[in-house]
Amino acid sequence: MSDRVLAPFGRRCCEVSANRASGGYRVVSALDREGPQPQPGQFYMLSTDAWGGPGGRPYLPRAFSVAAAEPAREGLRLDFLIEAVGPGTALLAGLDSGDSLHLTGPLGRPFSDPGELGKGAAGAVLVGGGIGVAPLALLRRELARRGVPQRTLLGFRDRAHSGGLELFDCSEIRTASEDGHTGHQGYVTELLGVLLEGDDARSAAVYACGPPAMLEAVRLMCAERGVAAELAMETPMACGFGSCFGCAVPLADGGYMRLCVDGPTVAADRIESALIAGSGH
Amino acid sequence: MADLGVEICGIALEHPVINGSGTFDALAARRAFGDRMDQSFPFSAFVSKTITPEPRAGNPPPRLYETPAGMINSIGLPNKGLEGFLEADLPELDRLPVPLIVSVMAPSRDGFATLVERVGERDEVAAIELNVSCPNVSSGLIVGEQPAETLALLSALRPLTAKPLIVKLTPTVADPGAIARAAEDGGADAVSLVNTLRATALDPLTLEPWLGAGSGGLSGPAIRAVALDQVRRVAAEVSIPVIGMGGIESGADALAMLGLGASVVAVGTASFRDPLAGARIRAELDEELSLRGRAHLPRRLPASTSG
Repeated sequence: MSDRVLAPFGRRCCEVSANRASGGYRVVSALDREGPQPQPGQFYMLSTDAWGGPGGRPYLPRAFSVAAAEPAREGLRLDFLIEAVGPGTALLAGLDSGDSLHLTGPLGRPFSDPGELGKGAAGAVLVGGGIGVAPLALLRRELARRGVPQRTLLGFRDRAHSGGLELFDCSEIRTASEDGHTGHQGYVTELLGVLLEGDDARSAAVYACGPPAMLEAVRLMCAERGVAAELAMETPMACGFGSCFGCAVPLADGGYMRLCVDGPTVAADRIESALIAGSGH
Repeated sequence: MADLGVEICGIALEHPVINGSGTFDALAARRAFGDRMDQSFPFSAFVSKTITPEPRAGNPPPRLYETPAGMINSIGLPNKGLEGFLEADLPELDRLPVPLIVSVMAPSRDGFATLVERVGERDEVAAIELNVSCPNVSSGLIVGEQPAETLALLSALRPLTAKPLIVKLTPTVADPGAIARAAEDGGADAVSLVNTLRATALDPLTLEPWLGAGSGGLSGPAIRAVALDQVRRVAAEVSIPVIGMGGIESGADALAMLGLGASVVAVGTASFRDPLAGARIRAELDEELSLRGRAHLPRRLPASTSG
């Protein structure tokens, strides 16, 4: 999966075809007439006509992993999972059918194959937290299409901060929630811990996307048990195509990587910590 | 269609829209967009990210903060260093369909001299931009804030290369015209301005500085009015060409900058929002000229002698 699909050069305008509630989140769908089929883990820079409006914010586009990409009449239907947490996400969450969604993408490095991540890894364990479940939905579909065995573990804070389950198109999802409204009451990493205790834990690679604290817990658990893991990370990002150098992530062997072009998927052993200053905002 | 062709420091450009240093990484863009990036390259010349004598990793994150109509960055000039640039990047940049301007910065005059000599001897390079104004590295700020320092630096570098030398000016000085005059007196072929304005942001929860480096530089439409005035003042002071930049987002913005005396404009932060912003701005500039019945770009008035 690692040979990335390239984006058309420049920002393009897509028509929003739907905006529906999904738990406490929104799923915004847009018709992309020009772009290629994205790979799991890739992302788009999104903005709307209302960008830079009264008050001058939001100004920069926002990076979103694509949660689903299905052939549609005259193009591709792209689904983005959105939670309104700031001026940019509020505008995106409020889009109506027929509105314009400006996007650049697909960008970034897709998820690796299990075998590329870990010697002998043939299966996959997907660990998602909150809004970070989005790229795992597309990954799950792709792995299923290719017959790769997989388990999916998703965790949420509470009912208002949950959603996107239907994007997985799968009934075999184990969930956790801090308030106990769904599945195991507690953290999704507790479910992962149980799974990793099995003798065959190293036969699967772990793919994780979620809040920094969750990613860091996953990174530590996998490192301790010698399980290969890949994290889909997030940092503030101005451009998404390697020009602003804003999305720097410190590397374990010194220096930084640009998350937009060298990530957003990062082999867990390349970094010293998933707790990046400024991420999760 | 108006005639958008310009010549600056003896370099013929198809149109007057280039990029600001450090705002478009053509090699990374080639990774993201493939060869179509070269085929519809948005700028008439390419200005590289600043290179320094030794490799630099850059500043700790966070490096960005969004502001009303703009952003603050504290990137810290990450680059491969002179040798890394010459070996790895220059051959790749040579594939671009436009002239190449290489931005350089060093913490000392000797360092600048090495950069100018080594970069200047390469045929791939059309001109050199001297970054004496980057607000993220303290040594750079000092030269660009002092007319005497600027004059001394240019006097030392001018004999080292026949390539055009462009001096990038900082806006955080009381009299940008005096610095521009010093650059011209020292033998500079052009000046470019403005670099970012020093700026700070706080974490709203902790009230500590948000950026890893404490402060950074403000860019985007938020600084456009400041940039226009600085270009006006500098263009009135020197007779060498002026490359104007700061918050240009449209053809009308570009025309305003050209009307105030810039020969060429540079697009920076707008490219972050749309990698093809430069191409759109060029097309809009053409329309703006047509709307006004102009077949040519505005012609600059001679520099005044009164200041």
